[in-house]
Amino acid sequence: MSAVAQQAPKKAPTPKARKSLNAGQARNGLLLVLPTLLFLSVIILYPLINAVVISFEKDAGLDKATGMFVQGGGAGISNYTHWLLQQCGTESCPPGTLGAQFYSAFWVTIFFTVVSVAIETVLGIWFAMIMNRDFKGRALVRAAILVPWAIPTAVTAKLFYFIFAYDGIANHLLGNIGLGPFLWTSDPWAAKFAIIIADVWKTTPFMALLILAGLQLIPSDVYEAAEIDGATKWQTFTKITLPLVKVPLMVAVLFRTLDVLRIYDLPAILTNGVGGTTSLSMLVVSQIRAGGFNSASALSTLVFLLIAFTAFLFIQFGGADVIKRPPGAKKKKDAAPPTAPAATAVAAQSGVTP
Amino acid sequence: MAQISKRRTLAACAGIAVAAITAAGCSSSGGGGTSSSANNARGPITFVQGKDNVGLLAPMVAAWNAAHPTEKVTAKEQTDKADQQHDDLVQNFQAKSTTYDVVAVDVVWTAEFAAKGWLTPLKDSMALDTTGFLKAPVAAATYNNTLYAAPVSSDGGLLYYRKDLVPTPPKTIAELQADCAIAKKNGMSCYAGQFAKYEGLTCNVTEAMNTFGGKAVDAQGKPTIDSPESVAGLQYLVDGFKNGMIPQQELTFQEEQGRSAFEDGKYLFMRNWPYAYSLGSTDASSKIKGKFAVAPLPGVSGPGASTLGGHSAAISAFSTHKATALDFLKFLTSADQQKNNMEKGSLAPVIESMYTDPSLVSKYAYLPTLLTSIQNAVPRPVTPFYQGVTTAIQDNAYAALSGSKTAAQAVKDMQAAMLAASSGS
Repeated sequence: MSAVAQQAPKKAPTPKARKSLNAGQARNGLLLVLPTLLFLSVIILYPLINAVVISFEKDAGLDKATGMFVQGGGAGISNYTHWLLQQCGTESCPPGTLGAQFYSAFWVTIFFTVVSVAIETVLGIWFAMIMNRDFKGRALVRAAILVPWAIPTAVTAKLFYFIFAYDGIANHLLGNIGLGPFLWTSDPWAAKFAIIIADVWKTTPFMALLILAGLQLIPSDVYEAAEIDGATKWQTFTKITLPLVKVPLMVAVLFRTLDVLRIYDLPAILTNGVGGTTSLSMLVVSQIRAGGFNSASALSTLVFLLIAFTAFLFIQFGGADVIKRPPGAKKKKDAAPPTAPAATAVAAQSGVTP
Repeated sequence: MAQISKRRTLAACAGIAVAAITAAGCSSSGGGGTSSSANNARGPITFVQGKDNVGLLAPMVAAWNAAHPTEKVTAKEQTDKADQQHDDLVQNFQAKSTTYDVVAVDVVWTAEFAAKGWLTPLKDSMALDTTGFLKAPVAAATYNNTLYAAPVSSDGGLLYYRKDLVPTPPKTIAELQADCAIAKKNGMSCYAGQFAKYEGLTCNVTEAMNTFGGKAVDAQGKPTIDSPESVAGLQYLVDGFKNGMIPQQELTFQEEQGRSAFEDGKYLFMRNWPYAYSLGSTDASSKIKGKFAVAPLPGVSGPGASTLGGHSAAISAFSTHKATALDFLKFLTSADQQKNNMEKGSLAPVIESMYTDPSLVSKYAYLPTLLTSIQNAVPRPVTPFYQGVTTAIQDNAYAALSGSKTAAQAVKDMQAAMLAASSGS
């Protein structure tokens, strides 16, 4: 799974090296990046390939005569059909097997991704705009907003575990306004939202930080121009800020989306998968614990494909420009989003004629 | 040119990957050539166990080392989480590592490790005498009629009750249910157990099922849980949640939540392990000091069937000093060590006579009760697919307890899921 996370950044060095060198230097360039390639092959490529290879072998099975486990041999695609078509042996997986949890884990992972990234994006933009403003005590506000991001996820999860305990503070406060008590770590809906609340609390600062970096690149003169032209606050936001911050925003959304798709620690500690909150990554780990390394490999390959596909969609259609523009190349900034200056010009004009 | 360099890169990567795979392939097939010659070998060994919270390990190892200067034991502590201990052991065994000689295994892991060929069978020259031991822990350490581990500590569930409010503890489930009226009169909840979805739920549910005469697996390890008796056991808990004997929030309770609620005086009865006894009488925050006592778990007509807990010690199949390891197992299960474990760490012994030892009983009044509990205890399913089996029980029992499934359907699904889990994949 960690290999999966590295997938997007991994691609960056190769094209960069290729693009910035002319033909004569290509060999030297290759020599220079060879150590990195070697290193990446050992820590990323090998585990990745090996996982795919063993996903086509059978899990160890019990030899009825001796009562001992024997290695399974080739499995074809049966480990994949086990998850995708819900086949446990010859019949469909009964409730209570890990196989039967696949679709619930898949949809709940998608649910977490969509809902928490949506909330984090809105809150992140809001926080970033607050942090971007000049006012007294700005440093304090910035620090306060960033604190949750500085806390390790495992600690966050444990904190929220206590907050959402039956006689914890969440139920106590809600009780004061006549709600609850909720079984936050047991009831299906409450448990899902407990996780989303904790995730949003923890990662909104990350989102805000990336967006803030984008906001600070917007020159102040476009805002001054908009103000002179009489644009309203809303027009300034939708016609200037959003288009100009789009690229860093999409990168932030991409990072968070890939992150939530492989979410493990938060639900594992907070709810332990109760109430249908088992994510795909948790299912992989449960399967490994149950001794099914090969079928677990098949599942993590499926998760890998899901994440790779999502990343592809973002890069292809979402405008998350992580590949074409190397992070260090600042001079390209003006040229990269050709629509942005045009958009501002239009924005400024439309602001004048309401 | 760009195209060519890209191809070269790919080829290089592929080459490296292939080399890496073959290298790994060689190394994993090389090890593991352990033969019976190791059975007679002596030398230093390593003992691995979960986190030692009571400070027993260091003095015990020191005592052994003083007597065996050439066969010293090095102790290694794992974390205090059972899952992580399990993962650590699996990783080492899978790598056929010789670093671990004697390992502490939870009673439910023995079958899995034995079937994988990771444990040395305790037979023939490696035999261990278990006369005088409690039957249930020995049964839990036995797989395929062969003993694979030495039982070191035992554990059983007890019924904690408020003796100031309930003069005679309930002997049967019917009496327990009737006594809930007392809880209602005093504005308390009736019964606390462990009903969150984790291993504790398996313990509580199989306990109820076994009490009513159900059986999770037969002697061959085949699932036999789908029986009217098992349904009756689960139905008893489901009804408990429905009629308020077990409050709804217990769906989130593990041992500690129940214990703290019981110590706050919120519950009349609690099902818990013996560790709660001394904490209940010594915790500064306990409001029930001197107001509670323990009884065997209630059954249908006599004592109920508790789940068996505890740990065993086993010899790794990859150990190179197995003769020393066997001596160390004998040392761990010796009467002296067992008594010491009880006195210093409240670890229940596996030697039956200790439970009536006057010097121990005078200090630990619950021992005779615990003996009854362990004598009636049923090991959790002894199967190499324990993880799958416990998931099957937890998922379906939890669905029944939270009301999304009937008890009969849940037990039926348990049977199907256990069968699917035991078939390998």
